[in-house]
Amino acid sequence: MLNKIIPALNPGKIETSRRGFLLGASAVAGGLMVGMRSAPVSAASSGAAAGEPANPLTGYIHIAPDNSVTILSSQFDMGQGPYHGLATLVVEELGADWSQIDVKGAAGNTKLYGNIMWGGAVQGTGGSTSMATSFDRYRQAGAAAREMLIAAAAETWGVAASEITISGGKLTDTSGNSATFGDMAAKAATMPLPQDVKLKDADEWTQIGNEKLRRFDSAAKTNGTHGFTIDVKLDGMLTAVVAHPPKFGARVKSFDATEALKVRGVTDVVEIPRGVAVVGEHMWAVIKGREALMVEWDEAQAETRGSAEIMADYKARAGDAQQATARTEGDTAAALAAAAKVIEATYEFPYLAHAAMEPLNAVARKNADGTLEVWGGHQIPDVYQGISAKIAGVKPEQVTMHVMTTGGGFGRRAVADGDVVAEAVSVAKAIDFKAPVKVQWTREDDMRGGRYRPAYVHSFKAGLDKDNKLVAWHNHIVGQSIVAGTPFEGLIKDGVDSTSVEGASNIPYGIQNINVGLTTTDVKVPVLWWRAVGSTHTAYAVESFLDEVIAEVGADPYAYRMELLKDHPRHAAVLKLAADKAGWNTPAPEGRFRGLAVHESFASVVAHIAEISMENGTPTVHKVTVAVDCGIAVNPDTIKAQLEGGTGFGLGSILAEELTLVNGEVEQGNYDTYTPLRIDAMPQVDVHIVPSTNKPTGVGEPGVPSIGPAVANAIAAAGGRRIRVLPMSKSMGT
Amino acid sequence: MAYNLNINGEQKSFDVDEDMPLLWVIRDVAGLTGTKFGCGLAQCGACTVHVDGVPTRSCQLQVSDAVGSTITTIEGVTGKVAETVQKVWADLDVPQCGYCQSGQVMAAVALLNETPKPTDEDINDALSGNLCRCATYQRIRAGIHEAAKRLEA
Repeated sequence: MLNKIIPALNPGKIETSRRGFLLGASAVAGGLMVGMRSAPVSAASSGAAAGEPANPLTGYIHIAPDNSVTILSSQFDMGQGPYHGLATLVVEELGADWSQIDVKGAAGNTKLYGNIMWGGAVQGTGGSTSMATSFDRYRQAGAAAREMLIAAAAETWGVAASEITISGGKLTDTSGNSATFGDMAAKAATMPLPQDVKLKDADEWTQIGNEKLRRFDSAAKTNGTHGFTIDVKLDGMLTAVVAHPPKFGARVKSFDATEALKVRGVTDVVEIPRGVAVVGEHMWAVIKGREALMVEWDEAQAETRGSAEIMADYKARAGDAQQATARTEGDTAAALAAAAKVIEATYEFPYLAHAAMEPLNAVARKNADGTLEVWGGHQIPDVYQGISAKIAGVKPEQVTMHVMTTGGGFGRRAVADGDVVAEAVSVAKAIDFKAPVKVQWTREDDMRGGRYRPAYVHSFKAGLDKDNKLVAWHNHIVGQSIVAGTPFEGLIKDGVDSTSVEGASNIPYGIQNINVGLTTTDVKVPVLWWRAVGSTHTAYAVESFLDEVIAEVGADPYAYRMELLKDHPRHAAVLKLAADKAGWNTPAPEGRFRGLAVHESFASVVAHIAEISMENGTPTVHKVTVAVDCGIAVNPDTIKAQLEGGTGFGLGSILAEELTLVNGEVEQGNYDTYTPLRIDAMPQVDVHIVPSTNKPTGVGEPGVPSIGPAVANAIAAAGGRRIRVLPMSKSMGT
Repeated sequence: MAYNLNINGEQKSFDVDEDMPLLWVIRDVAGLTGTKFGCGLAQCGACTVHVDGVPTRSCQLQVSDAVGSTITTIEGVTGKVAETVQKVWADLDVPQCGYCQSGQVMAAVALLNETPKPTDEDINDALSGNLCRCATYQRIRAGIHEAAKRLEA
């Protein structure tokens, strides 16, 4: 999701050639730390990164004398499994045993952890890039550590390195010598750096591509011991909730804390830039304190429109000329004018909330030596480090970012202004840093805190010639820009925010005349990337409308797409695999109907085939067949899990998720009115992976986009209506 | 006022307001953080604990009403069913982010205690109150069936 945006944030890209991965090593507390040798690049323009010398947490792999191996992950894990993925790469090359392995979030050194897929300029997780940015970097780190351990053993035992084998966390040689990694860790740290480490060939892999590997973190996530930000406990820590304005763009005019301060356990009530914070000994005290707080808001600059007015405006504008053109080939206007038949449709998409299970939170503590520590789900830690430093009035290198794994993210924790991280530091500062502070949002704070998947309208015109050939395709998208007005604004090129049109502007179909246009609206409802970003609406719109066109022609949806995909073998292969596995060319069981869709997002291609039944105008999705091409499958079972979960996440969103506003205020507050998928609506999902020797591409997001249109197309196949207004719950049962 | 609670077999006194939800007593006062806050409205199940063996949303039970009951959290759940469910969860790699899984495990254990061979329908009835935003539902369902199978053997 953050693809391409970071260069916009910091145009000064670092070197990303193979040189960029040159490893260094150092002795750390008697162990071996493998990391980067060269000095870090200078700080990014907004949100400076700390220099390497000031931050102790450098490197990729720490092998301790107690034989533990800690992998320092540049990638933040919100559930998609990059910790497990990076560990797999290291274990493969290092020859470690999984029982030795732990993974921790790292931060504070852009040179080490900058996302290579973003030019290396900023550390961050997004755009389903974790495996792509890590595939070489962490394999090389593992291989370098392996060579240094072997060199240490060779010197200790007086044998040639070639006689030493490293496997299962043990070093052995042909004459019976044996040592653990821990035994050799201190000596290995003094060995010369291997200059040109050789990585294993694919046919030597035992970890990469091994479907039987289990995630190292599952047990802790099953017995309550895995710690999240909400679980951070520090001596003397206070908890805070923040009263935010009910309308976006409003500000605090005045407040009266008298009653709030009478609540047992409330210690402070302070104003911060984003609202009024109630601080106290525990969550219940501050919840009650906030209920007793009186705040008057200045709403002069606030958004006061409701979502119904916003959508009405979008629909009207979808029929007007587009502001900007994202793609044009041929002469679409002329082709439409000359077409034997023109098909038109308009699709509507609501605002969506991320609604991750762990409501937003962060913890800030200023230490006696002037340093600041900030715990949180830091999706872009360098940026948050800079923001935290600025608020606290310290230097970025005095700030340590503790990157916690988080209870779901879906894009919500990558916010240019720091959001809840800024709040935690602001509250701590407002109470003069007298205690560490955890700012914890409630579910309602999270639901009403903005940063939604923007609402969009798509209008379409398709032209068929007299032979029913699709000769013209016009798609006009209307909605807010995610990056406008943020430091990522540089992503907008020629009036087009690529996150608004991705998945629509790059349709793979062979059509002579294509025009994809964009009109960007000005609405004060804060918006953000939401798992799969532009593809959350473009896939549904494009694949549903194409199905309408195919129905008009009277062709088979699979065969017709395959014909249009002649020049895109990767898409065609994915679609074919899904069709073969789903038995597309055999009749569906009695009372069942199938629909399909194929979509590229985050450099991966996914096809969904949904099998449904209809009762009283309402679909039940029974079975979903998924095919994916994501390059080399590093962790096949994690990929399957992501496609299963992504399918459920996407299905829930199109069935019944919608965030609405009335007079500028969000109507939904909790899961009773904003309704993600529950277990009773989860279909059986069978995932099939296309074998590949290409570098790994994304899997965290690509499972989401194409389930929606597959279901919509199955409903149409069942004789139901074309559902052009989401969520489907609006038109079900009628 | 002080309330005497039995949590995971330990009897302890908590000096808190009577309307404090059991969830916040468990998390913020007793310091047992395996039980999660997700909604505060009994809509997500992340705070599920057993109260006298019955799966209960601890965010909706006030401390004064929990006196005299036996409270079990994810940290204290034991026995063959619990151990089997937790083992199966790891064997099948059910969790993704993991945040809801304490609640899912507590709900699954309660279901299997009550219904050793649950059908898909039984699972839907027992667990539809437990949200998983990562949508790990397919593996949760498979995990409950697998645990039932192992427990029968």
